[in-house]
Amino acid sequence: MKNATPPPIPKPGGAPVKNAVSVRALDVTLDGTHVLRGVDLAASTGEWVNIIGPNGAGKTTLLRALLGLVSFDGEITIDGLSDRRRSSRARKVAYVPQTPVIPPGMLVADYVLLGRTPHRGVFAAETANDRKIAAEVLTRLDLGGFGERTVQSLSGGERQRAVMGRALAQQADLLLLDEPTTALDLGHQQDVLELVDALRRERGLTVIATLHDLTLAARYGDRIAILAQGRVAETGPPADVLTVQNIAEYFGASVRIVDDPDGPVIVPTAGAGRDPVAQNGDQP
Amino acid sequence: MSDQPAGRADVVLQASGLRPGPLAAGLAAAVIAVLAGLTIGPVDIAAHRVALQLLDGLPGVTIDSGLSDAHAAIVEQIRLPRVALGLLVGATLSVSGATYQGAFRNPLADPYLLGIAAGAGLGATIAITSNLGDGAGVLDPVPLAAFAGALISVTVSYVAGHLGGRSTASLILAGIAVASFLTACQTYVLQANSDAFRQIFAWILGRIATSGWSEPALMLPYFLVTVAVVLRYRRALDVLAVGDEEAAALGLEPRRVRMIVVLAASLGAAAAVSVSGLIGFVGIIVPHTVRLAFGTSNRLVLPLSVLFGGAFMVLADLAARTALAPAELPIGVVTAFLGAPFFVLVLRTSRREIW
Repeated sequence: MKNATPPPIPKPGGAPVKNAVSVRALDVTLDGTHVLRGVDLAASTGEWVNIIGPNGAGKTTLLRALLGLVSFDGEITIDGLSDRRRSSRARKVAYVPQTPVIPPGMLVADYVLLGRTPHRGVFAAETANDRKIAAEVLTRLDLGGFGERTVQSLSGGERQRAVMGRALAQQADLLLLDEPTTALDLGHQQDVLELVDALRRERGLTVIATLHDLTLAARYGDRIAILAQGRVAETGPPADVLTVQNIAEYFGASVRIVDDPDGPVIVPTAGAGRDPVAQNGDQP
Repeated sequence: MSDQPAGRADVVLQASGLRPGPLAAGLAAAVIAVLAGLTIGPVDIAAHRVALQLLDGLPGVTIDSGLSDAHAAIVEQIRLPRVALGLLVGATLSVSGATYQGAFRNPLADPYLLGIAAGAGLGATIAITSNLGDGAGVLDPVPLAAFAGALISVTVSYVAGHLGGRSTASLILAGIAVASFLTACQTYVLQANSDAFRQIFAWILGRIATSGWSEPALMLPYFLVTVAVVLRYRRALDVLAVGDEEAAALGLEPRRVRMIVVLAASLGAAAAVSVSGLIGFVGIIVPHTVRLAFGTSNRLVLPLSVLFGGAFMVLADLAARTALAPAELPIGVVTAFLGAPFFVLVLRTSRREIW
């Protein structure tokens, strides 16, 4: 078992902040249910952390807490500040929701420009700079000619890129992705995650993503945290966290782990109910 | 993938907004409607003379329109106040409908269907039957009582609609329930005050009738406040289109925005109801026509709803007073006649999620 303690938090007034985001003793209660219980998590600048865990473990709630969308106890520090005001937070954290609301009839250009909201203020018009940033983002995401089309008219993969475009237009250093691959076929899943990885390298983004697909979680991302019953149960490099025992314990799943040069591959085994520990191995 | 952010980054894209073309169309519609409203009636008066007469009325302009004094009086003292009231009421009901649709993200939200008009009607009825006021003067109790009724009904509709989930239908069903209940209350108040029955019954059916300038003067400040507040929030309403959660993640305070615009829209709708009664469907017909013709961004839907809404109401009033002349149809009948089929059309398109 790994220790779930995050890297040390810098002392106030001390050395420059190393963590892009740090969460300490985070508690969230929703409608009387204690969803998160003392979550500790940190990500350093440029790091990609994937949060995995069974349904109902609190993954989305953790992202929502980082966005300031739920009230919480504990401490969330982003970019060295624990400012809870929405507009200043939205300049630091961008969000790609699992099922984005696609407003009927909204044009792709307007949709991506929504990402400039925290910078322009609610009442102000976009500046030329805002529009230039949005145009640049569209071009970068190969949506250059799509500005005048409606978001609804896009295919699933294009739509996902438009949502990503809105997040990028926010120019936030921390990107939160909630199940970014759910609605996509394998090819588009790969496209999206490759895109995130490329953008992370280009722009020095810190990425925190929730993912259901454990193999993808292992392949993309530096570190994995298992969230179970509202706590961070395990955290570490994919190969250390994605073990047969952990997956049996936290997901109740019976799997084999195949070691691949690109990272562990998680293969569900047929015939559940066998002792998961006995299947460990299958090393090449 | 390239590290360079593409060579076409100097291409600056445009945001949706009120372009000169649609703005000119809206202004033209309003001007044509006003001229038609002033020209057509039991006494036909040539449109160009009406236009000259209006220009003559401007300060510092003296033009001989060639109208006789009697005709000039018909234009300026009978038709002009009525057209002005139609403009104000139509613009206010349309822009408040568009605002409710944006704030509740519901294509069928409308002062009438959310029970807001019924709440305003009950408030106004109570004020009239209690002899609190006669519907004249800006701080008259009637529009204020109507506003209180409107706020209570929109709050109940919204809360009750949420109990039934967040679908389009549940909010409207709640609004219908609220409207039915309030209408029943209103009937009770009426039966208990049968002396006021006739006056209030005519008013329930809706009318753009005036006695001089008192009604337009009553309506004007409410119209101005509603339009000023709602237009100021047009960009915020576009952000709200992605839902509360995502809007909040973009730095917006969704509840605060919704509360402010709903207050403003209800203030205007209540004033419109207190001077003109229950005129339904305008808040659906006009904003949806604007969306179909020009686009769905609130940056253009809200201002164009003001212009086209005013024009629509003046023309509907023209139809109401000419269709069965010399008798007058209640204008609520005319708008319902047009609005009900339109409502079905919106239902059909909203299934395809195109407003």
